[in-house]
Amino acid sequence: MSGAADVGTEPSQAIATTPATASPVPVTIIEPSRGWVSLKLGELVAYRELIYFLVWRDIKVRYKQTALGAAWAILQPLLTMIVFSLFFGRLAKVPSDGIPYPIFSFAGLVPWTFFASGLAQSSNSLVGSANLLKKVYFPRMAIPIGSILAGLVDFALAFGVLLVLMLYYGITPTVNVLFLPVFVVLALVTSLGTGLWLAALNVEYRDVRFVVPFITQFWLFATPIAYSSSLLGEPWRTLFGINPMVGVVDGFRWALLGTGAPGPIALVSAAAAVVMLVTGAYYFRRMERTFADRV
Amino acid sequence: MSGLAITVDGIGKRYALGARVPYRTFRETVTDAAKKLVTFGKRSTPREELWALRDVSFSVKPGELVGIIGRNGAGKSTLLKVLARITEPSVGQARLEGRLGSLLEVGTGFHPELSGRENIYLSGAILGMRRAEIDRRFDEIVAFAEVDRFVDTPVKHYSSGMYLRLAFAVAAHLEPEILLVDEVLAVGDARFQRKCLDKMQGVGESGRTVLFVSHNMPAITRLCPRTILLDAGTVLRDGPSHAVVGAYLSSGLGTKAARAWDDAEKAPGNEVVRLRGVTVRQGGQIKDGVDIRKPIELEVEFDVLEAGHVLTPNLHFSNSEGVIVFIARDMDPAWMHTPRPRGRFRSTAIIPGNLLAEGTLIVGAAISTMNPKRVHLFEQDAVAFEVMDTTEGDSARGDFAGPMPGIVRPLLQWRTETE
Repeated sequence: MSGAADVGTEPSQAIATTPATASPVPVTIIEPSRGWVSLKLGELVAYRELIYFLVWRDIKVRYKQTALGAAWAILQPLLTMIVFSLFFGRLAKVPSDGIPYPIFSFAGLVPWTFFASGLAQSSNSLVGSANLLKKVYFPRMAIPIGSILAGLVDFALAFGVLLVLMLYYGITPTVNVLFLPVFVVLALVTSLGTGLWLAALNVEYRDVRFVVPFITQFWLFATPIAYSSSLLGEPWRTLFGINPMVGVVDGFRWALLGTGAPGPIALVSAAAAVVMLVTGAYYFRRMERTFADRV
Repeated sequence: MSGLAITVDGIGKRYALGARVPYRTFRETVTDAAKKLVTFGKRSTPREELWALRDVSFSVKPGELVGIIGRNGAGKSTLLKVLARITEPSVGQARLEGRLGSLLEVGTGFHPELSGRENIYLSGAILGMRRAEIDRRFDEIVAFAEVDRFVDTPVKHYSSGMYLRLAFAVAAHLEPEILLVDEVLAVGDARFQRKCLDKMQGVGESGRTVLFVSHNMPAITRLCPRTILLDAGTVLRDGPSHAVVGAYLSSGLGTKAARAWDDAEKAPGNEVVRLRGVTVRQGGQIKDGVDIRKPIELEVEFDVLEAGHVLTPNLHFSNSEGVIVFIARDMDPAWMHTPRPRGRFRSTAIIPGNLLAEGTLIVGAAISTMNPKRVHLFEQDAVAFEVMDTTEGDSARGDFAGPMPGIVRPLLQWRTETE
């Protein structure tokens, strides 16, 4: 009797376990989407290898095609710093919170250059990848995200120069330097939020490519890079933090050079950056459905 | 689980017409918004629409290979784009069970500056392959593409043949349960095309579901037991390939031996010249099917709207496999270098008998200015006709009744000497 019972249970066990062990068949439903759509962040995670390869391609191609290659990453903020030091530091004698002006401005220019080039690259990224958008499916967000992450390599190189300069001026960072990654993330979030907005807008309105250089220039002067945010009195200084790059630059100076703590500015900036990222991501997803037809 | 790999239910895709540039400028948006305010939100003129797909429904079982045919603009590529999730349908629903791979173009994501090796990884990732998967199949891909020695050379130095082979090789090693393929087999030389076809056949035999869009009718009938014929965005026929392909070719669907544009406004052309008609005749009669032995007359009728241009009508002949058989330009010495006045013109080309092979010929009609080169109009698929061989013994096939491949079939002079 026991043998018969074994025979009886075996198949049913097999049936019960099969669906759990075999990989489930993914089902895709294709239909017109309406209203606000989900961000599908899970899908973005599933495509992380694609983002990795896009970043890797951008870096590789950039350094292969340019004569000076990686030197650009250093030259761009370095030359700007020299110009700023001459005009704002020497001639206009802009106060720099007691820090030597060159390193004061360079500490701001390093995250700024990351942000500005991320903006330029990401706003053009979708239009530049028109061929891909028309021929293959993947989460479209991977493209602007990839173009911004690729800028991290340039950022790392420029940051190395910053450390050398600090050594030269004999500035040793305080324990605050532990908070530096927070401000790097803040710069990343700001770039992503702005980049998603501009990339999607550029597909719809090609005017955007003419607007971006202007925005960047305006934004540069609206960020305390050539000057210090301490020039402003409260509550204006805190309000200034609505520009998330204010929090980033003040944060960098505080963490590395030991200027005043950004406190409330950093919080306002972080909130502004998150709002920018979330709205940017939703706008991007909403526009995404017509990218292939418009790009 | 429906037990079906693909279920398409009433899919439609609408495009707004009239927008030459797909993107807009701020100015247009602002003026549109202003107009909306003035008209209280109502559109003053209803926008013209084009349904690239309309009420398309069909289903495909797992492991089925289905061909999709139809003339240019029938909606074949739009259908694949909707199923590949590149563009959203306007109405309807489709359900896909299984991992999806699409192959709408060869070399998607290739970058000329990167080496063959780097491009394999990049293109693989874009097509949805995992890195481990690419690692595992890397050698196989390189061997299939026959680029072993150049795998670390930037692909910009590749010959176009090598480039296409590598691109196809990456795509051919995708392992999705459902594969959408658009006209990618028309790459490389004949030997490589054969290899691609064999590979596709292998894909089918491995139990994967394939939707295959092509103009290559022999490939469709060889690979796919079933074919769907699309026309003007709807499913016209759906059944065994040989029947559907045969019906498509013999009907010359939508493309007939005579075509006229009665409305001058909608006729192909520009401010200089408009095409008014293209006609195939034999012995003075309009003929869809022509005798292989007799001359064929092709007449292009057009209106010159702006005087002073040297205009050359030209005809582009291709067969049902998409091979360009030949191109002919108007050689009439009277107008070769003479600017034309305004007015109606009719140019007729005479194709000698005993030249073309039997089968369908699709004719594209263009009118160009050669120097400096400017194409005023080019109507692809303007007309089509069927060349029919006889069995009366006086054509190039003589009394042989079997299949005779080739894109031309001239009747040659033969001389015999004997010792």
